[in-house]
Order: sequence, then C-alpha cells, then structure tokens
Amino acid sequence: MSSYNLTHLKDLESEAIFILREVAAQFEKPVMLFSGGKDSIIMFHLARKAFHPGKIPFPLMHIDTGHNFTETIEFRDGLIKETGETLIVKYVQDSIDKGTAVEETGVNASRNGLQTVTLLESLEEGKYDCAMGGARRDEEKARAKERFFSHRDEFGQWDPKNQRPELWNIFNGRKKIGEHFRIFPISNWTEMDVWQYILYEKIELPSLYFSHKREVVNRNGVLLGKCNYIQIKDSEQWEERTIRCRTIGDMTCTGLSESDAGTIEEIIEEVASTRVTERGGRADDKRSEAAMEDRKKEGYF
Amino acid sequence: MSEPKGYLDMELLRFTTAGSVDDGKSTLIGRLLYDSKAIFEDQMELLEETSKQRGEEGVNLALLTDGLRSEREQGITIDVAYRYFATPKRKFIIADTPGHIQYTRNMVTGASTANLALLLVDARHGVIEQTKRHAFIASLLQIPHIAVCINKMDLVDHSEEAYNKIKANFENFSSKLEIKDVHFIPISALNGDNVVDRSAKMNWYEGSTLMHLLENIHIGSDHNHVDCRFPVQYVIRPQSAEHPDYRGYAGRVEGGVFKPGDDVTVLPSGFKSKIKSIDTFDGGVEEAFSPMSVCMTLEDDIDISRGDMLVRENNKPTIEQDVDVMICWMNDKSMIPRGKYTIRHTSQTARCIIKEVKYKMDINTLHRNEDDLEIGLNDIGRITIRTTKPLFFDSYRRNRNTGSIILINEATNETVAAGMII
Repeated sequence: MSSYNLTHLKDLESEAIFILREVAAQFEKPVMLFSGGKDSIIMFHLARKAFHPGKIPFPLMHIDTGHNFTETIEFRDGLIKETGETLIVKYVQDSIDKGTAVEETGVNASRNGLQTVTLLESLEEGKYDCAMGGARRDEEKARAKERFFSHRDEFGQWDPKNQRPELWNIFNGRKKIGEHFRIFPISNWTEMDVWQYILYEKIELPSLYFSHKREVVNRNGVLLGKCNYIQIKDSEQWEERTIRCRTIGDMTCTGLSESDAGTIEEIIEEVASTRVTERGGRADDKRSEAAMEDRKKEGYF
Repeated sequence: MSEPKGYLDMELLRFTTAGSVDDGKSTLIGRLLYDSKAIFEDQMELLEETSKQRGEEGVNLALLTDGLRSEREQGITIDVAYRYFATPKRKFIIADTPGHIQYTRNMVTGASTANLALLLVDARHGVIEQTKRHAFIASLLQIPHIAVCINKMDLVDHSEEAYNKIKANFENFSSKLEIKDVHFIPISALNGDNVVDRSAKMNWYEGSTLMHLLENIHIGSDHNHVDCRFPVQYVIRPQSAEHPDYRGYAGRVEGGVFKPGDDVTVLPSGFKSKIKSIDTFDGGVEEAFSPMSVCMTLEDDIDISRGDMLVRENNKPTIEQDVDVMICWMNDKSMIPRGKYTIRHTSQTARCIIKEVKYKMDINTLHRNEDDLEIGLNDIGRITIRTTKPLFFDSYRRNRNTGSIILINEATNETVAAGMII
C-alpha cells in the first residue's frame, strides 16, 4: 500500500468532516439531530473533529418522545456537560398537548411516528434551514437512494423521484425560503464501519449497547424492554434475558438482541457473524415493506 | 499503520456498475453481496416473499437493488442506489445505476466518485450500443480502472473464442476512448464462475476472478499527489479564551502533498506565506494529501475566505473566466443558449453565461454533431462558459477534483448539469 493512501475509516471520516464543514459554510442556521444512539454519537464526534479547535457552530437537537431508556438520557446529558456543546430538547408531549400530534392507541402504540410532527414544528419554530441526521444508506433500502444533501419542500417532504443529482463532492444546498435540507454526513458508513470507528477512536457509548440482563417481552419475534409505556397482552409475559441494543430509539419500538457481547471487540465479532440486519429488530420498519419510504416522504429522519 | 486488527487497515474501493437487468447486473451484484455475506436473513426472507407474491420462480435478486416502491411496481431502477460490502481486504461501495439511455445522468452521477467501472457484456450479444455508451461515459468521467465482465459464459459453452472475439471488439472500440486500465473477465454471475471462485469450466482463462481484481487493483495512484491544491472550505476562528487568535483554514486537500514549512500562494490575492501547522483534532500532522480533511494555519495574517485556494507559486492552476467544458445535461428543461446559471467549482460559487455550444456528442457513435446544438436531458456536449470571477482549475484529466463543476438553475435551484473542464 502506498503511503499516500487512507484506510477506509480515515477515508470515511474525511468525507464526513468535509460534509459537516460544507453544511456550516452553506447554511445559515443548521441543527444536528441527536438521539443518543451510536450513529448520532459518531456524528457528534465527527463534528467536534471538523471544527476543532473551535466549538461546533450549530446546536444539537433531541426530539424526545418521553419514552427513552434512562441510560440514553443520562449519557446524553453527560456528553453535553463534558464537551460544553449546546443541546436543545424538544418534546413530543408538547405536540400532543397542543393537539398537533395524536397519541396512538392499542397494544402496539408508539410515539416513534409522532417524532416527525415535533421535528417539523421545531425546525419551523427555530427557523432551521438544515437538519443533519445520522442515517446510513446500508440501513434500509429506501435509504440506499438518499443523497448526502436531501432537499425537502416547505412541508418537509422528500420526493424520491425528483432528487437532485449529486456529483463528485460538489454539494448544492440552495433552496427557497421555507424549504430545508436533511443532510446525512455518515451516509456511506455501514454498521461495521461504525463499530470499527468506535473501537479505533475509543468513543464512549451508553451501556445499553453492551450485554446486560433485562426484563423483556417477546412480541412477534421482537424483544421489547420492560417499561411503563408498553402494555402487555394476556398471552404475553415479562421474562429476563441477556440482551443488548443494536440500535437505540424509543423504548416502544427498539427491538433488543439476545447477546453476550460485553466489549466493542465482541460486538464487532457479533456484527461480522450476524445474519439479520440492524433494523430487522425495529418494530417500526416491520409495519409494511415500504414503511421507511412512506415515513421518509412525510418528513421522518 | 501497525494496527493489531486487519480491518483497521483496510482500503476503500468505490465502483460503479452500469447495465440493464438483462445483462445479469442485478444477479452479479446479488452474488457479490451474497458471497460476501452482505445479504441478511431478513432481507432474504423479504425477497423470497416478494418474489412469491409477484409470481416469480425462485428468488429475484433484482428486487434487492430496487429500493423504492415505485421502482418495484414498475420493475425498473430509476436512481443511483448505493450498496456496501466488505471482504477481509477491502471495503466496497457500489454506485449501482440503471443502464438505459435515458439514465445517462445517473451513470454520470455514479461514475463521478468511482475508482472503477464494472461493465457487463452479455456473451451472446457481444459489444452492443449500450456497452459502447457505458465505456464512453467511463472514459468521459475518467474512471481510473475498468473491469469488463463478459457474462453468461455458460450460454456460449464457456468458449474461449467467444470471449476473445468480444475482447477484441471492445479493444477496437475503446482505442478511440481515453481508457487507462482495462481488464476482461469471463464470468457466469448465475453460476458464480470467476466471480469469487475460479471457474473449472474455463481453464483457458488465466487472469484473476472479479473479486480478486476488486480486492487487489492498485488504487493508491488514483488521487493526484503532484499538484498542490487546497481550496478553503471554511475558516475556523474559535475566539475563545484558550485560542484567542487562532485562525485556521479548513478544507480537503484536492491535490498534491502539503507539509508544515511549505511556501504557499493564496489565490486569487496572490499573497505568499508559509504553512505554520496542519491541524486535526488528533494533533498536528506532518503531511496532508488528497483526500484528507485538515485545518491549516499560516505564518502570516492574511485575509483568506471560502473559495480561496492555497497552491504552490511554481505550480499554479489555470486562472481564467472563460472555461471549456464537456457537459452532461441532467434536467428536463434544456440548456438555454446564452443562459445564465450558478456554477460551483471546488469551494467556489460564481455565476456564468453559456457563451457557445461547440458540438453535441452522439454517445453511441462518438460522432460530434455541430448542426443540432440543443443540449437536453441526458445529452453530452462541449460548451464554453464565461464566469463572473476567475476560477482556479485544472483539466479534469489531470485532476478530477479541481476539474469538475456543476451548474445550478437559478430559478429552481436544481443541479442541472455536470461538467468536466477540458
């Protein structure tokens, strides 16, 4: 290998940093969406790298369903305290109280879809013209066609058939007033890249990602963690399992995986040998084959 | 690097595939993904289910690459889809593009970031118009490497003659193009011959399998490490107690190698200075080369902003307002002669006017048409533009990063064209 060659992780890192700086240069009021999951933690880490030794020139924003794992919130607050960066928290509960979002009912009720309402309201209220997200193209097939710079109309909608072509590394963030962009700096990263980077960079993560014992319910093959927001049916019961999270989202739809992986090295081995996609455990994607495409069109992350 | 784990020392290869379903492109991609274990059980189950619903026999691997519902309904691919897989040696990003003539814009998009183009030829049909079109676009976009996979060898009795004939045909055609490094591989994507494993049915073939080629082709020289180019992307000024006077120029090296202590000239001002430090979050670096994202500080306090470029005094790019460009038009609305567009080039933004259309290219025959000069969707042509301020550029052939531009429609804000500076 020539000495003037980057490793794949350094190549991906450089690409993401380039995108983040492009955002800061092209937009007036960008915001970075932060969920407390590994992808947003990585994105935050990359943003710190991109603007070092300065501070990140935009705030983070968490759309809080109120149904989070406590570990996520503790980790989030600790990270913000340690780095001194700015975090804005917006609550789905506020949209529900206002009447713009309506709580789902029934046993599978989740606030995951309602996040879109709160997100769009918050972007409009804060006059943000760009929201960065940690979505990756390998996660789901509707995402495989997503651009780095994804244009949204004044309703926050995505028109997959009418996307702007994206060439070389020249990004076009021009828009009309009221429109905004969703930008995905880690589009080209795979789940494996994320874990390898976490190891390489020694990035701290919420303990949820590592194997632990937890009471869960098995619903249609998806393991959900015990919390007040999940009602169980008569036929179901809570049982203790050794699990970890492969993705972290709202507690009502984050499927947990049975796992003994307690270190990042062990997780990498697990990811290498696993035969189910990361989102395979997400109850929100299971609703229909085109579930993600539909949610994205409406303005989901 | 001396990391204990191999995967921290892997390279990244970006390649593009062009072709239609009939070429077996989806089957080939499906096989690469499947054999490298990038297809998961739940994806496979979904594929089986969908194939069954559509009344198809077996599993249709094409469904795996058709991401959007409208595409699945129509059975066509309408956009560039990105796929990922890795082997112990390399990580791969595939820009998978549909091959029909109306999708030239997608092929150009996929090709713009690729190190390698994978062209599929049906062994029964040989080099057809579509093959020529794909080869032309690969050469136009200066993709450093081309792998021509002669597929469906099982349908021509794995014949060496059939392979040699197609190879000769392709070479005859491509001699008119600028293709630097081309490899021919006889394969059967369906049976897996010469894809990952060597075929026992084609012992006459002594070259490498497709996977071996993808894993080993030398990509270290694909970037320009000769001409120093550093477009300033963003200025970092913390103005904090810790860094009261820090002024760093953030950007990505688009050519050459920069070192602390190097003399640099700033464009367009022409001011000269010396690199004081090349900073990253992880500390200073001794060298920065393409495509590293870094932050440079200079010895002198000069006014530098986004769009400026740091270069070497004795190796400057062309500094011009009149620029000759090969353009690929990407919008439904045709190019307006004498029309005004916004142009983006490295970190620069300017306005430009279309001064002249020299010719339109017939991408099937390579004929230069000087009579019909209307440049519409998917057309490729040579034009001259004049910009409102000088651009600092190299020919695309010399440097893909400093030789590429896009045009933006100022009313709709859409990206309407991709251009390669001649």
